[in-house]
Amino acid sequence: MKRRVVITGAGVVSSLGFGLDQFWGSIKEGRNGISEITRIDVSEMSTKVGAEIKDFDPNLFMDKKEARRMDRYNQFAMAASKMAVENAKLDLDSLDKDRCGVIVGSGIGGIETFEEQHSVLLSKGPGRVSPFFIPMMISNMASGRIAIQYGFMGFNECVVTACATSNNAIGDSFKVIQRGDADLMLTGGAEASLTSISFAGFCNMGAMSKNPDPATASRPFDKDRDGFVMGEGAGVLVLEELEHALNRGANILAEVVGYGCTCDAYHITAPHPEGLGGIKSMQMAINDAGIKPEEVSYINAHGTSTPLNDPGEVNVVKTVFGSHAANLAMSSTKSMTGHLLGAAGAIEAIATAMAIHDSFLPPTINVQNQDPECDIDCVPNKGREGNIKYALSNALGFGGHNATICLKKYE
Amino acid sequence: MVFDKVKKLIVEQLGVEEEDITMEASFIDDLGADSLDIVELIMALEEEFGLEIPDNEAEKITTVSDVVEYIKSNT
Repeated sequence: MKRRVVITGAGVVSSLGFGLDQFWGSIKEGRNGISEITRIDVSEMSTKVGAEIKDFDPNLFMDKKEARRMDRYNQFAMAASKMAVENAKLDLDSLDKDRCGVIVGSGIGGIETFEEQHSVLLSKGPGRVSPFFIPMMISNMASGRIAIQYGFMGFNECVVTACATSNNAIGDSFKVIQRGDADLMLTGGAEASLTSISFAGFCNMGAMSKNPDPATASRPFDKDRDGFVMGEGAGVLVLEELEHALNRGANILAEVVGYGCTCDAYHITAPHPEGLGGIKSMQMAINDAGIKPEEVSYINAHGTSTPLNDPGEVNVVKTVFGSHAANLAMSSTKSMTGHLLGAAGAIEAIATAMAIHDSFLPPTINVQNQDPECDIDCVPNKGREGNIKYALSNALGFGGHNATICLKKYE
Repeated sequence: MVFDKVKKLIVEQLGVEEEDITMEASFIDDLGADSLDIVELIMALEEEFGLEIPDNEAEKITTVSDVVEYIKSNT
């Protein structure tokens, strides 16, 4: 009998609010978290909007001096993990810290720090580059610092698989607990890549929406979608072995039952034309859960709002589910949150867990003319009640990464 | 006043309270700094006072008075 793994807490930093309640409340309402960008000068860039966090005060979540020694992505990770630990009502003193671990990834890491310190190098010379440059910039520092904060000395690593990062982090953490290497994991991802050089790079790839209207720029499955909208933030989940959770009387949000992970092995940025890697990833998660495809009733789509992704993903679902594709719901919460890159899978796993927990299907907003090539029930514009026993959440990343997690209603 | 300027920089860099910064205070033992904090603090001092503190001199700096004395005798 395999050890069971449940989600017992979550923390979110997003443009739709901080903490589980604000975030999930916004998602249920179908609120738009996208606005005009103010952190950087975008006057010469083709994209003008993003899911920018305007009111984040790191000092509310961590020591002021420590905050200064962290890149923004790491600050988000610390804040989200603090909210997750509080949400799970963890009594830190009673935990066996050798059995507690962390996998919190980041697709890009401390690029704001990189940019600032490179400017220092050019303007003032190597002697002025901060001794904190490296520890602030590296992507694994979130996992490192979270472990330091809570004294978690168990399994610890950092996943970097672009926009699939968080799903890989959650899936790996699930496996670590299932196989008995830890009893509790803090897992998810953090991203703060709304910086000049990163934004310019994404603009020049042609991957981001050129629609200057924040209210309609992110419109997955809509005919007029023209690219993704970048967001920033973090999501951290508390994963726990079931008995461990029950013994401390934890509130269980959902169970993690399956994980799939593949690579297209095809192109650095374009998805495989037949979605082969995506198909195999979803099938792997379904097989790992030991269920039939027909038992899945909700999918939180990768749903980036790019011209290629959305119909491609719908076709993948049709291949995996056959005629059952017409019965299930598949929404893209990126229509509200924007695309948090390495943190996307984490906030989407949280939305999926809450959808299962509350029997509520989150909407895809901004669907004015649904693309006939994306003919699936995307829960257009308004969320609705719906009982979910099994759900999948998909994430795809540059490099051809595909990662799928399967969640189940806890019973 | 050199001490006042130094104090201001230490408050900024180390995030400590001004009243904790005495001439005798040790950066590591009293002000909670680690080796990276000290490197960064020395860079900030070099900027503020327009000087270069060579590594062999920087290694000798452990207290606030070490800093103040060094600056007084080198500016």
